[in-house]
Amino acid sequence: MRTVAALIVAVLALWQGIIWLAGMPSFLLPSPVAVAESLWLNRAEIARHAGFTLAEVVLGFALGSALGAALAVAMGFSQRLTGVLRPILTFSQTIPVFALAPILTLWLGFGMAPKIAMTVLIVFFPVASAFLDGLMRTPQAALDLAQVMGAGRIRIMRHLRIPAALPSLATGLRLAAVYAPIGAVIGEWVGGARGLGALMIHANGRMKTDLVFAALLVLSVMTVIFARAVAMALHRLLRRYGV
Amino acid sequence: MTAAASVRGRAWVGEAPLFAPVDLALRPGDWTCLLGPSGVGKSTILRLLAGLETGARFEGEVARDQPVALMAQDPGLIPWLDVTGNVTLGARLRGMLRASSLPQYPGGRRSGPVEGPLRRGAEPPADPATRAAALIEAVGLADRAHHLPANLSGGQRQRAALARTLFEDRPLVLLDEPFSALDARTRAQMQDLSARLLDGRTVLLVTHDPAEAARLGDRILLLRETGLTEWPIPSPRPKGAARPYDAPEVLALQADLMRGMMA
Repeated sequence: MRTVAALIVAVLALWQGIIWLAGMPSFLLPSPVAVAESLWLNRAEIARHAGFTLAEVVLGFALGSALGAALAVAMGFSQRLTGVLRPILTFSQTIPVFALAPILTLWLGFGMAPKIAMTVLIVFFPVASAFLDGLMRTPQAALDLAQVMGAGRIRIMRHLRIPAALPSLATGLRLAAVYAPIGAVIGEWVGGARGLGALMIHANGRMKTDLVFAALLVLSVMTVIFARAVAMALHRLLRRYGV
Repeated sequence: MTAAASVRGRAWVGEAPLFAPVDLALRPGDWTCLLGPSGVGKSTILRLLAGLETGARFEGEVARDQPVALMAQDPGLIPWLDVTGNVTLGARLRGMLRASSLPQYPGGRRSGPVEGPLRRGAEPPADPATRAAALIEAVGLADRAHHLPANLSGGQRQRAALARTLFEDRPLVLLDEPFSALDARTRAQMQDLSARLLDGRTVLLVTHDPAEAARLGDRILLLRETGLTEWPIPSPRPKGAARPYDAPEVLALQADLMRGMMA
């Protein structure tokens, strides 16, 4: 923790030093002091936008995770479904989500819906893929036993395959938690007036670079806290489950 | 006497024959030891009887009219369930057990509602939790009933697996090299315990250890690349027990089986 703090101070000092030495205009690169000042002066506005972004991230993450997990379980049941869906899923990941943002805005309007949809699209794949991977790797000895014991497919899924795959699901969720804010911000860039992404685009247009940096800083801190909270919640859940 | 179960036929892996035509019938109430080196298809025969995927192409017929229980070298314990949870796994997987009917706290022994009879026949249906506790005590794990498999030794894990096999209460029990990963002393103890607790059931024991076959077999069948040979047994096994590991006739039988495997 101390080394991290020292590193941050060093980077800030270097940043401020470069600005002093090179005499850069603040609309190109604002000084840390200017960013801090902007953060303080616009705190109410930034907080309001951050609130919208956070809501989109949380809703998109929850919805995307639920959809991804449900699809993984469905695919875990049926080899045929997996055979059909896997290539489609992989293909869907070759489409840059950035390209989809304007279309989603066109379809869903300028409100929260297209931002949540973007987040769902980003969250969905790592969750489904990691969970399915775990579902397909239940130890054979346990599956043999379950079959001899006369267990049905649904109970094998519920009592053996899903619990055994929870650590894999957690890996997917942790990864998705880091990516989720990216989805929301891309959505905000493209349309609408609310959220940190929208704030950044508008500030950038008005050459208020210090505000862009301030919003970026808040977004990063928010992402770190969100990802950390998800990781801690998962850690607790897994420990309680004993997996 | 009719057979409890039988396998008749031959198997290939790809184009290579796995075993020559065999005709294996299990006599009710006997321990049948299927002895042979690795890779001759002993486990394939066992898996055919269990109705499991074998990865081999089998031509012939498998007959079995009784439900089976399975115990293998990998005890297959569920890492997130304690010993009691593992022993009652079958009931849980058949939907006959609610998680809440078992004690959730260490040391507790609360009995829950019975959701349905586990035993067929005249016996009164025992509460699964009570039955599990009795079996765990019988295999000597009473003080480990709430331990997770990770906190058990190899021998204790096989004891838990044996209790789980007994909990299934099936007339036919298939043992697939269940003791081969254990040290010599633990293995001998597990052989004694299994012979005692599985008495009265029809057992197929697949093993590559001639000493194990000599101790436990009511019948010993040697499986080699050339086919199945029934080995003569010098004297019947004492009821509900393994033959003593140090008796001269057991050691002689062991040596004889070893010669048969080397031939």
